[in-house]
Formats: sequence, structure tokens, C-alpha cells
Amino acid sequence: MKTITELKQIASQVRRDIVRQTWKAKSGHPGGSLGCADFMTALYFHFLKYNLPFNMEGQGEDLFFLSNGHISPVFYSVLARSGHFPVKELNTFRQIDSRLQGHPATHEGLPGVRVASGSLGQGLSVAVGAALAKRIQKDPSLVFVLTGDGELQEGQNWEAIMAAAHYRLDRLVATVDWNGQQIDGPNDQVMSLGDLDAKWRAFGWEVLHANGNSMEEVIKILEIAISKTEHGKPVVILMKTIMGFGVDFMMGTHKWHGVAPNDEQAQAALAQLPETLGDY
Amino acid sequence: MSHWDKYQSTEKKATRNGFGDGLLEAARNNPDVVALCADLAGSLKMDLFEKEFPERFIQVGVAEANMMGMAAGLATSGLIPFTGTFANFSTGRVFDQIRQSIAYSHKNVKICASHAGLTLGEDGATHQILEDIGLMKMLPGMTVINPADYAQTKAATKALASHKGPAYLRFGRPDWPVFMENHTFEIGKAITLKEGKDVSIFATGHLLWYALEAVRILEAEGVDCELINIHTIKPLDESAILDSVKKTNRVVSCEEHQRNGGLGDSIAQLLAMTHPCPMEYVAVNDSFGESGRPTDLLDKYGLSIKDVVAAVKRVMAR
Repeated sequence: MKTITELKQIASQVRRDIVRQTWKAKSGHPGGSLGCADFMTALYFHFLKYNLPFNMEGQGEDLFFLSNGHISPVFYSVLARSGHFPVKELNTFRQIDSRLQGHPATHEGLPGVRVASGSLGQGLSVAVGAALAKRIQKDPSLVFVLTGDGELQEGQNWEAIMAAAHYRLDRLVATVDWNGQQIDGPNDQVMSLGDLDAKWRAFGWEVLHANGNSMEEVIKILEIAISKTEHGKPVVILMKTIMGFGVDFMMGTHKWHGVAPNDEQAQAALAQLPETLGDY
Repeated sequence: MSHWDKYQSTEKKATRNGFGDGLLEAARNNPDVVALCADLAGSLKMDLFEKEFPERFIQVGVAEANMMGMAAGLATSGLIPFTGTFANFSTGRVFDQIRQSIAYSHKNVKICASHAGLTLGEDGATHQILEDIGLMKMLPGMTVINPADYAQTKAATKALASHKGPAYLRFGRPDWPVFMENHTFEIGKAITLKEGKDVSIFATGHLLWYALEAVRILEAEGVDCELINIHTIKPLDESAILDSVKKTNRVVSCEEHQRNGGLGDSIAQLLAMTHPCPMEYVAVNDSFGESGRPTDLLDKYGLSIKDVVAAVKRVMAR
């Protein structure tokens, strides 16, 4: 358990790691990664109960699945900073022979990753299966999953959303990174998500809302979400974030979805994130 | 009856019944075995499992993509999920889910697929997948098994419960002769039904029975066939194939699948690289199926006993 001040420091470092990974790789997805830095930091440093060294089956542990695998830079940063693998390995992101693939994978044995993701729309199904497994194995731990918002255009999500409510998976907590942006533009122009609150509710979920770029709010909503577990329904947090949050010129636009900063832009970005625990 | 021929069939039983019975036994032997089904428990004979182990049976509804993802999640936690639906919905419909969440992620999921091929019959081409072996064998690390009868399907199902890694098990709908009950089943190990010197016949799935009937006809005509059951298409029993072909230098492959991407293709690739020789295929040739009685469809699409005989004669003449 960390204090809010400590969590904010870690989130700043996570953002530095995101900028530096994508800058070094000259590729990757900084926008969504920056937007989710606060949530991922709070989850891994304050809420998620896990053991080290990493164990794939995770018996007696909370599990986390990342469905929107393209935000791997934020996932890798929190995994490294929480001790799953050496922080200096972030330097190998997207390089040949690295365990840090462009999108998360188990294939190279990177500790902390339980399933490959990147082809969108699959993580929620995997989380439903993992939550069912915990029920069968009489393990009361929680299962968390993060999805994108554009990703909800994949029909498989709605199969999984229907199934989670049907099975009354009330130890499952989903979060939607609702930044309103996707590759070709705003969600509303590409394919409207409509009334997400009403849709999840109609499918039988407990629906919560939060500002995902306030550490105070993220902590509060995760506390509420966990308090809502074991009440007969799966829980979803519709989390409003700003793509690129923390770097002013990357904020609020889909243009930084999948573009890496050049040398100059990386310097400018890091200057806006002065709090550091020590870069790798 | 020749001295080698101990393959008389006194009963007909569907391979899907072999799956249902095998799954039940596997579940009795191993508490980690769980089953998922996409609204076809009766068709796949999974109702036996459901009745005895309701807490380990997961009905997913008509949502195959979700079923594959859920299976990956269940396997992550150390359980051994068997998914059940028709072969078409087990492969083509969910190829990317299998590729990313199961195969690439090394999940111990057993994809069990019924009603494969033309012998699904009257439902027609929408359901008669003839491309599933190809789709599954292309995935790195995927084991692909197509048993020949009820007994072999039951044995294969049980073997998969103690096998580690993603696997595809293909079986079918029709009642079919049961004749392999006296053979032990080992994944990846071909079974020689008859030794011979003139031609090597490699058959998988339902077509093994037809190949056996063809061998009997050919024997009466003086052709000495070697007949080998390749129940595991991947990993292929390369040494069994090569040992046979080095002796005969003539090959016929038999399968209820497209010529493209099937067992014959795997054998041809092996032979092209190591021991090129004349080969003929008994397989569907780049065509969809249609509605009809299963055996009528096998006749129409070139998969009958006489087609096997003709293929042997063609390859002998080359």
C-alpha cells in the first residue's frame, strides 16, 4: 500500500518510461498508455494482490488481463517497476530478441503477462474464463481486466459481457479506458458507442464512473468497485481518460495513438514529467 | 479373410459418441478437466459430462469466440478445458481467437470439433467444413488429431487430457463402423493395419474404413497394399511414413477434407523434401459440399471405396 503522493510519483515515472520506450523503439502507442498510467499505477501498487516471482496460474492471487494490448508501454512499465522483471529491460521494447513484444505475449516468457493481446476484443473473454476458474477452484481472489473504448466495437466483447452477467461473476472487475479516441478519429465519428452506461447496465453489470486521470478519483473508484464485488453482479468502471495525459502536445487527440515521439518531442515530453524515481 | 485382416466391424457407432464417452472418463480420472459447450451438448454427447459434473460444465450459448477466450482463461488457471461445438464453428469462425489467445499464448485447451466434413450430411455446405485440418495444422504448436472410429475417438479424447498444450480433435456425426478397439492410441504414433509392398495408403478419420475396404478389393486383384492410419496429422509420424514409402515408392492419401491443406499435403511436403515419389490424393478437390445423405456425398465428391481403388490403380500405373 502506497500513499497518494507516492502513487503520483510512480505514475510520473511510468509516464517517463512510456515516453522513453516509444522514443527508443521509434514506434509504439504512447497516447493510450499515458492516459492509463494513473489507473495502472494504482492497480499494481495499491490494490492488486500478487506474488513474486510471477506464477502463471496465480492461485490465491488477483489476476489482471490487458485486452487493449497496444498500450503495452504502460503495462511493461508497471510490471517492471513492481518487480516482475528488471527495469532496464524496458530498454529492449520492440527490439529483436526481446521479451517486450510490440503487443504483450506469453511466448517469450515475460513475467506478468498471462495471455497475448493486441488483436482486439479477446481479453474480456479470457478474464471471464479466469473468473470462472477461480470459482471452480474455490479461490475468492479478484480478476481485473482493462479494455479500450474503440475495442468495444468488437462483437466478442458483448458475448463476454453477456456471459459474465449470466454466470454472476461478481469477483470480476472490468475497466473501460474511455478516452473517446481511436485510430481513425473520435469514437463518435468512427463508430458511436452510444450510451455505454445504459448498455452495460442492460447487460446486467454494476456500472461505475470515474475520472481516470486523477489519482485520488482512481483510488476511490477502485475502492468502491472492490466493495461492490460479491454482490451478485460483475462490476465495470467506465473510466474517462484523456489520451496522452501528462504531455500537453499529446493530449486529447487520436494523432498520438500509435506514433512515437522523435528526439526533440521526447525531450519536451520528459521536461513536463519532472518527478522521477530514476530512469533505466 | 486374409491372415492380417482382423478388422471386422460388428457395430456402427458415431465418433462423436466416442468423444462424449471419452470426455466422461477423462473427467472421472482428472478433476481439472472442465468442458465448455456452445449450445450443442446433445449433438456432441457432452450431456453425459454435464449430468455427472454440472459444476465443471460451462454452457456458453451461441458464442464461440467468447468460448475460445474463456477456455484460454480457464487454462491459465491450470484447468484443462475441452471446448465443444461443430468443426466449422470450432475453427474458421474463431481462427483469430484460437491463434492469439490459445496457440500463441500456449494455453492447454482441447478444441473438440464434431460434424466435420461431408458426412455431416443434410445440413449442407454451410456446416460441412473441409478446411479445418489445414487451418489448425498451420498454427505453431497445435496438435491435430482426426480419429477413425468410435473407439479411437474415445481413446484420443482420454489421451488429450494428459497431453500438455493446445490441440484440435476432429470427429463426426454419422454412425460408422467400429474396428479399432484393439489398438492402443498414442498421440503422434501411426498405426499399421496391413503391411504390403506395392503401395502405401495413408488414411485419416472416416476414410480409414473405406481405405480398408479398398485394400480388401485390391488384395483380391493381386495388389499388395500397405495401410497405415495417420490419426495424428500434426505432429506427423514422419518415420512411419518414410519407412513405408521407402519400401513401396507409391503413395495414396485418404481424408474427408480439401486436398489443399489436409493430410495429403503434409505427406507430400515430407516426401518432396526427403523421398519424392508418385502420389495420388483421395480428398475433396477445391469444392464446397452440399446437402445429401453422408455416403451419397462421399460418392459424389470422390471419396468412395471405388475412388480409393482407382487412386491406387492410378499411382501403380505411374
